[in-house]
Amino acid sequence: MLTIKNLHAKVGEKAILNGIDLKVNAGEVHAIMGPNGSGKSTLASVLAGREDFEVTNGEVDFLGKNLLELDPEDRAREGIFMAFQYPVEIPGVSTINFMKTALNQIREYRGQQALDAVSFLQLMKEKMKLVEINQSLLSRSLNEGFSGGEKKRNEIFQMAMLEPKLAILDETDSGLDIDALRIVANGVNKLRNKNNATIVVTHYQRLLDYIVPDYVHVLYNGKIVKSGSKELALELEAKGYDWIKKEVAVA
Amino acid sequence: MSLKLKAMTGLKKKLLLPDMSTTTTRNINNEIVEAFHQSKFDVAKEYRNKALAFFEKTGLPAVKQEEYRFTPIAKSLEKNFDWSVIQSKSAIESIEEFLIPNLDANILVFVNGKYSESHSTIISPESEVKIKTLNAAFKTDSEVFAPYFDKILNPESDPFAAMNSALWQDGLLIHVPANTHVSKPIFILHLNDAGNSQVISQTKILGILEKGSQLSVIEKFDSRGTHSVFHNFSEEWIVKEKSHLEYCKVQNDAGKSYQVANTIIHQSDNSLLNTFTLTLNGELVRNNLNIIIDGENCESHFYGLYLLNGNTLGDNHTVVDHKKPNSFSNEMYKGIMDGNSKGVFNGKIFVRPHAQKTNAFQSNRNILVSDSATVNTKPQLEIWADDVKCSHGCTSGQLDEEALFYLRSRGIAEPIAKAMLLYAFASEVLTPIKNETLKSYLDNLIAERLQKNF
Ligand SMILES: Nc1ncnc2c1ncn2[C@@H]1O[C@H](COP(=O)(O)OP(=O)(O)O)[C@@H](O)[C@H]1O
Ligand SMILES: [Mg+2]
Repeated sequence: MLTIKNLHAKVGEKAILNGIDLKVNAGEVHAIMGPNGSGKSTLASVLAGREDFEVTNGEVDFLGKNLLELDPEDRAREGIFMAFQYPVEIPGVSTINFMKTALNQIREYRGQQALDAVSFLQLMKEKMKLVEINQSLLSRSLNEGFSGGEKKRNEIFQMAMLEPKLAILDETDSGLDIDALRIVANGVNKLRNKNNATIVVTHYQRLLDYIVPDYVHVLYNGKIVKSGSKELALELEAKGYDWIKKEVAVA
Repeated sequence: MSLKLKAMTGLKKKLLLPDMSTTTTRNINNEIVEAFHQSKFDVAKEYRNKALAFFEKTGLPAVKQEEYRFTPIAKSLEKNFDWSVIQSKSAIESIEEFLIPNLDANILVFVNGKYSESHSTIISPESEVKIKTLNAAFKTDSEVFAPYFDKILNPESDPFAAMNSALWQDGLLIHVPANTHVSKPIFILHLNDAGNSQVISQTKILGILEKGSQLSVIEKFDSRGTHSVFHNFSEEWIVKEKSHLEYCKVQNDAGKSYQVANTIIHQSDNSLLNTFTLTLNGELVRNNLNIIIDGENCESHFYGLYLLNGNTLGDNHTVVDHKKPNSFSNEMYKGIMDGNSKGVFNGKIFVRPHAQKTNAFQSNRNILVSDSATVNTKPQLEIWADDVKCSHGCTSGQLDEEALFYLRSRGIAEPIAKAMLLYAFASEVLTPIKNETLKSYLDNLIAERLQKNF
């Protein structure tokens, strides 16, 4: 589904991604872990198409298309979804209107008819249940005055509405208490199937108890320095990141 | 961001009186004075002569004049108008397209500065509101307006006010008796038709809301035709104790229209005021909106929105003058500038020494959507009382890139995402408008301008 080869990116003069290789197949869950500042959010943002970052080398293939050539909106329409680490507050735009517009834009791109009001409402009700979010929150200005947990749940709600092929969750667990974490993870798990894939960015293993990954990668200094099975996450939890840093220094 | 301001004693300022030391090179001022002498006025000769004498002294504001620094209107008038031209008649037959659909209101229409009886319809009974042309009122109702006429809006406060007081063609007296709620709004259409030749209109309104009365006024400015239009408009609103005025102004002129509007609203104890000013079009629009809070426990909300494009210059100069204690004012103006347009905002807040416990809030936020659009924004707070709460904030910048990326990352095309953000930004100012028909009309105007078609 997604093949990243030798991806380099910088912001201004600062190189942040220094040659990332990653292959994600349909049906898989990949976890990307790593210390703060290692480039996890940058990788997620580059995949989603944020223009602050300049790709200086490498390629990204998504379902046979050159992802890097696409505008952010076309990436979303092709099936990419990033849950933001810091969801943006947008006064005056309700989540409901936002989702109605987004969904219909995506449908139009795919040659489908716009959803009528009744079907949209039905779909929304169904997805609201999935992430245990209530309608009054969704009628309010997008993320404005939402608690940290509400923002994250809203991200997963949007993901549920748009049904992406590849979801990239950037620290969706940070700032969540254990109940919220369970709700969010539950939502993600229910949306999983053999045709879609998930990249979970986190620096705690805690989330991976709920969303069990097929692969775990460690990102450090803009490179994937170690990959393994879900046991790697447990090892990181027990030993911290220092041993990885040492290994990198030695190599 | 609310701050308590310490007393600024010892400050003595000449208030409300701009520096009048002005001249312009071509003698457009002489032309205007000459036009006065060529006109035949039936009424208000004393008022007119007095105002003219003042205008003769000052003339139009020169380029360097602080109050008109960003708005070179004298130059525009020089370039585009010939004051000796006799105006041709308007060819407009139907005013349908200029009305607000489905608005159940009294309709008062001015065409090229003259009141048009045939286009006007008054539906409110005279027991609710007396509406007369100024020319008529001068002959019959002088005791009603004499205490206010040219007194609240002092012709010497502004050169355009002086010009208007000297040269007004016609206008309205709107008088609401005590304890009366006018159930239907008053819709005033100022239409200028420059299809055949240039138009210079000078009109004037005096509105008086007696104690405990209530009125909603909607003023709409339209023009058409390829020649230039200059509309110099003045109005005074007297809002007495426990009265309530809803005031909405829509400036949607097409073509080469130049407009100066001097609006002054005087509030007494326990009165309530809501104003909303929407500026969309025209070559140049200058609004001087002055709110005099001359009473306790007053509440004033004044909102404005300017959505400018092309070469439009939209200039809002507002003053709120707290003269008495315990009142509240809240001002919110927003602007979106596209094309080569220029926005200007100047917001003065005065809190006089006795006006303790005043709450005065002001915000002006601007978005520039093109590289060649500009905005100049300036708050001016002059506070002489020590126990007040005042806050102000001015911002100008581009659309929020983070927000734009967020919307796009969900599959929304860039132009639509922009329109969504701009519309969300702009439509906030519609919140206080209560008349649903009016609100949805304004909402459509805004959506259309911002190409919000989702
Ligand atoms: N817009 C930016 N401008 C400058 N530096 C940035 C920007 N975004 C990220 N960085 C820097 O890039 C590095 C990686 O950041 P990030 O991808 O957010 O790391 P992580 O998500 O792994 O904590 C950090 O050193 C961060 O300061
Ligand atoms: Mg991060």
